[in-house]
Amino acid sequence: MKKIKDKVGYLFISPFFLVFLLFNAYPILFTIYLSMTRYKGFGPKVFIGADNFKLLFKDPNLVDAFLNTLKIWGVNIVFQIFLALLLVMIFSDIKYKVKGLGFFRVIFYLPNLIAAATIALIFMKLLDKDYGVVNQVLFNIGWIDKPIGWLTKPIMAQMSVSGIQTWMWFGNSFILFMASVQAVSKEIYEAARIDGAGRIQVLLNITIPSIKPILMYVMVTGLIGGLQLFDIPFLITDGKGFPEGSLNTMIVYIYNMAFVHKNYGYASALSFALFLVIMTFTVVFTVMTNKKELREFFSNRKQVKARKKERSVLKGSAKYE
Amino acid sequence: MNDLNNFEKADDQVQKLNVQRQRVKKKVKRKKVIVYSMVYLFLAFMVIVAVVPFWIVIINSTRDGMSISTQGMTLIPGTSLVENYKILVENVDIGRGFWNSLKIATLVTVLSGYFSALTAYGFHMYNFKAKNFLFGIILIFMMIPSQLAFLGYVKWMTQIGLMDTHAALIIPSIASIGTVFFLRAYISAALSKEIIESARMDGAGELYIFHRIALPLMAPGVATMSIFTFIGSWNNYLSARVILSSKQNETLPMVISSLKALKIWYLNQGAIYLGFAISIVPIVVVFIFASKYLIENISAGAVKG
Repeated sequence: MKKIKDKVGYLFISPFFLVFLLFNAYPILFTIYLSMTRYKGFGPKVFIGADNFKLLFKDPNLVDAFLNTLKIWGVNIVFQIFLALLLVMIFSDIKYKVKGLGFFRVIFYLPNLIAAATIALIFMKLLDKDYGVVNQVLFNIGWIDKPIGWLTKPIMAQMSVSGIQTWMWFGNSFILFMASVQAVSKEIYEAARIDGAGRIQVLLNITIPSIKPILMYVMVTGLIGGLQLFDIPFLITDGKGFPEGSLNTMIVYIYNMAFVHKNYGYASALSFALFLVIMTFTVVFTVMTNKKELREFFSNRKQVKARKKERSVLKGSAKYE
Repeated sequence: MNDLNNFEKADDQVQKLNVQRQRVKKKVKRKKVIVYSMVYLFLAFMVIVAVVPFWIVIINSTRDGMSISTQGMTLIPGTSLVENYKILVENVDIGRGFWNSLKIATLVTVLSGYFSALTAYGFHMYNFKAKNFLFGIILIFMMIPSQLAFLGYVKWMTQIGLMDTHAALIIPSIASIGTVFFLRAYISAALSKEIIESARMDGAGELYIFHRIALPLMAPGVATMSIFTFIGSWNNYLSARVILSSKQNETLPMVISSLKALKIWYLNQGAIYLGFAISIVPIVVVFIFASKYLIENISAGAVKG
């Protein structure tokens, strides 16, 4: 009776695995196969082995795309974490109790909800060189006398995308940081205050160490998300990563390689390379945040092995006796 | 006499001390007021930064293109909402885009919620062979970014004739790895095996038990994930853009992005802003109703780390 019932389990998970195999696992294997062919996206597929991958190492655009991502990510993450930490400092202060955390969390999270496609177009309008609101306002205040090409100069375009990213994500980081600070007991903060620690000391010695794992998480997911950035640079730049390729991120490059330049095989190799990069970051991140657990795991294994050895030695000696 | 003098002196000193104390108190109070007003000013500034783009979009969607271009930004709504809507509808089929997005996002949310609950329950309740192996596979695939599958997926859809159909965007939601993972953790806290056993004693069928007992108990977890699923699907642009090609199948983000082609920004600005507003408002409404659960859930993720 029990055995039949346990077999029902297969029925429960079979729809998932059917779809998983057909729509998830197979396409991955298929992409890996495509990366070893010369293929235009239509017509014949010619198997060429590792040629596409050899090409990866000679591709200057790949390096550029990666550097663009790093630049956009770097500026964004600095401002994002600065803002989030400042807000955490305000809301976790012992002496000055600031009210309305619930309200502010909701408001600061709002930019994260809107479709990146819509955000791209909104900012394209707001940052427009001739008609954009931002230039109009700066002009009226008198800070500028010539319109600034926010999206037409390479560096400005990168910084604008960074700014948009910061605007979208600072609320999310703030919520994450705040939650892990609230998990720290209030008494530690009280004790620090009684000992006469200043705000900066509290920030450096209590707040940052207590949110360190989540800080790492925000930085790494930000980088991975940055590598996958598509909607905003694609729509802001007419799909080509202009001005001067400064917004040519990895996914934009892959998209254009596959659907514009019709080099589907090489595009597949590019996505495999992207996968390897992301996988490396994920593994490094997991190892760094779980150092303690990993060390325990390995020392446990060593102990188990040592015990086994001991036992076998004992057995061996027992035999000889 | 001397005593009296001393008394007066002491009194004087007490008064002086009092004055000093009050001064210090005032100083502290003044400092408090200054700090609080600075903090709240900063917070107000951040609120403005977070909200002002939405505000501009909503205000500008009620103004005509000419006044937006010539008068710049204002905080007062205009009167051209209806006109803007007419221009918008003449140029793009925003109603169809809205309907398509709503249809896809709803189906994706329902399928993902139901089948993830089913799978998580299957993994939790039954001890079949290779159970841990199968769950291990799920874990490994959770680490692989969807971009790797993307190009293969597009070609595979072409081969089986699902290109340019909504099905190609909807069916994969049956296998939502992240949701299964979340619900399996949720279920072990929310569902006791005794309840299920006692239902079995009463002779209830396995699927009946799932639908009538387990699913309602898992509902809060399913609902939380559903909000994320819905927002993600509603906002999805890349895969919709690659898979869908005909005008009648376009989703809302695609319609919005085609507003870029209305080259005469000058005349049509109001209509374009109205298009943005139409895509923003539903999500903001969903969020305002669900914000408590959402933020609790994000926060819980941080504490678990």
